[in-house]
Amino acid sequence: MYVAVKGGERAIENAHRLLAHERRGDRAVPEISLAQIEGQLGLAVDRVMTEGSLYDRDLAALAIKQARGDLIEAIFLLRAFRATLPRFGATQPVDTAAMRVRRRISATFKDLPGGQVLGPTFDYTHRLLEMPAADPPEPATTESDVADSVGTPMPRVTDLLAADDLIERSPGAGEIDDAAPPGDLTREALSFPADRDLRLQNLARGDEGFLLALAYSTQRGFGRTHPFAGEIRLGEVAVEVFAEDAGFVLPVGRITVTECQSINQFHGSASEPPRFTRGYGLVFGHCERKAMSMALVDRALRARELDEEVGAPAQDEEFVLSHSDNVQATGFVEHLKLPHYVDFQAELGLVRQMRREHAARTTAGGESPADATLSDATVADATVADHTREAAE
Amino acid sequence: MNAPAYNFAYLDEQTKRMIRRAILKAIAIPGYQVPFASREMPMPYGWGTGGVQVTAAILGPADVLKVIDQGSDDTTNAVSIRKFFGRTAGVRTTTHTTEATVIQTRHRVPETPLKAGQILVYQVPIPEPLRFLEPRETETRRMHALEEYGLVHVKLYEDIARHGHIATTYAYPVKVAGRYVMDPSPIPKFDNPKLSNSDALQLFGAGREKRIYAIPPHTAVVSLDFEDHPFEQWRHPASCALCGDDASFLDEVITDDRGGRMFVCSDTDHCESRRAAPSQPTVQDAEVARG
Repeated sequence: MYVAVKGGERAIENAHRLLAHERRGDRAVPEISLAQIEGQLGLAVDRVMTEGSLYDRDLAALAIKQARGDLIEAIFLLRAFRATLPRFGATQPVDTAAMRVRRRISATFKDLPGGQVLGPTFDYTHRLLEMPAADPPEPATTESDVADSVGTPMPRVTDLLAADDLIERSPGAGEIDDAAPPGDLTREALSFPADRDLRLQNLARGDEGFLLALAYSTQRGFGRTHPFAGEIRLGEVAVEVFAEDAGFVLPVGRITVTECQSINQFHGSASEPPRFTRGYGLVFGHCERKAMSMALVDRALRARELDEEVGAPAQDEEFVLSHSDNVQATGFVEHLKLPHYVDFQAELGLVRQMRREHAARTTAGGESPADATLSDATVADATVADHTREAAE
Repeated sequence: MNAPAYNFAYLDEQTKRMIRRAILKAIAIPGYQVPFASREMPMPYGWGTGGVQVTAAILGPADVLKVIDQGSDDTTNAVSIRKFFGRTAGVRTTTHTTEATVIQTRHRVPETPLKAGQILVYQVPIPEPLRFLEPRETETRRMHALEEYGLVHVKLYEDIARHGHIATTYAYPVKVAGRYVMDPSPIPKFDNPKLSNSDALQLFGAGREKRIYAIPPHTAVVSLDFEDHPFEQWRHPASCALCGDDASFLDEVITDDRGGRMFVCSDTDHCESRRAAPSQPTVQDAEVARG
């Protein structure tokens, strides 16, 4: 007989031991090291850092290992750790124009100052499975192989267009109040309408797959924005903080970021000459698909600001920003696995009651006053149970 | 593990037959989008999987293949697709428009007029010309069936009312053989007149959207317009900095961050041929002068 009334604690303990066993896999195969994950599964590490909202390669690798390669679980682990960290302050805005560029492409100009730099990319590879025996292309080994472009000035494409006034100024650039710190949705609940700083923070942390699908939907006509990949650049940027005690700005390190600036549909009016508009994406590491999706969704969410017709899902700020976070989403979807015995019991009681009444009506051809009274009482019980259920969630 | 073995030109023969049937139907109904069971290809959707599948289905061992992207043989994606067929089909490849029997293209029609026997395969991102007016496929299929194209004209009219011009500069809609409105793929509208009455067969493949359509040789293709706002061909009013052509479509190249720029032919084969024989006027010049 199965009566799981007691023993939950031991069951959970055993399940976790089993999980550890499964995680280790075949003992005859060497255990994977964090250095291997960090070095050879670098793009997984990048994604976990970006959506985990914490730049730490070692911890991201650890999270991936612990999560058995489930990246959303790894992101969750990193977020949970991040939430415990003390906050010392904010850095200076990073300057991506001064990036040490490893990859830089523009789809809008064939050539431009600094040139097109393909860098490490899957683009133009053939997706043919290569057996370990087959010769993979020689990896670049020397510094000069990989660092040719470093040092060449690479002005941003959007800055080149801006010099001719062909593209709008950075949205919000005029209004940024340096004294006011940027918003932080991890410290204050998001409210609508959200300012662009909060929206970009939300999108940067948002699920890659969700943003990808939304970006794709705008390309297929659900909120079209005519995007061009004005520029995508990958490289290292300096992170600096203003030291109060010293009274000047101190470098604290370099991080790898990917930036995407989209050039979109032009706008103009009787008083304003036509100009292209912008979408913006910035992520940790090399998450190019995410950066591009972010830029497209950012632009789609500017529909109201730019007086465009709003109707598509990607243009609905509340819909997008409320559902982009995969840690939130996975938690709530998967919470359905939690016990809901009590609430279900109440519903079961009500359905049974209603079925009895239905049967009585069809056989007797009428409803007796006693049934009606009983039914009212049950409905009241069910309502109470519903409230309990919501409180439990 | 066994290393996977791939057929001539990558696709298996059953798939090729299925695609050829779709192509034949497309040729029989010019401009009509024929659904086909597009396959997963070893390059991403949106990078020419439709064109690659059409090319794979029509390619024979004796064919000579040219691949261009934005008019150029040397752009990365063109190089990649050319290498793909070099590797999986072993066919001869070329950069010369006149030598090729099959030309796969993205976003351009070659400047050199095509001949009978040549096939131009376009890579198509969004095959549905009504898509941006009506996102739902169920609706657009019905509109095509009923020849209900008023919405496209309304869009063009709104452009004129708002901007004083038709604001569509590429993927400019056309009507094929007086029946179907068709998306010519995102070629600049400069190239639209080349679609009409071509001696070559033109095939269009959209992989992600699973559609194939065609313009048979000697078929009338008309760019949509109004009597008082006729279709206008546009090119940058300049000459190529390399070959001096003042009639070809030009790319803008930024040379510094102080506003310096130059213009060069988008069609690299055209440009190189002119530079190799600079004294001869090209056929293209005569063509544009006539048109």
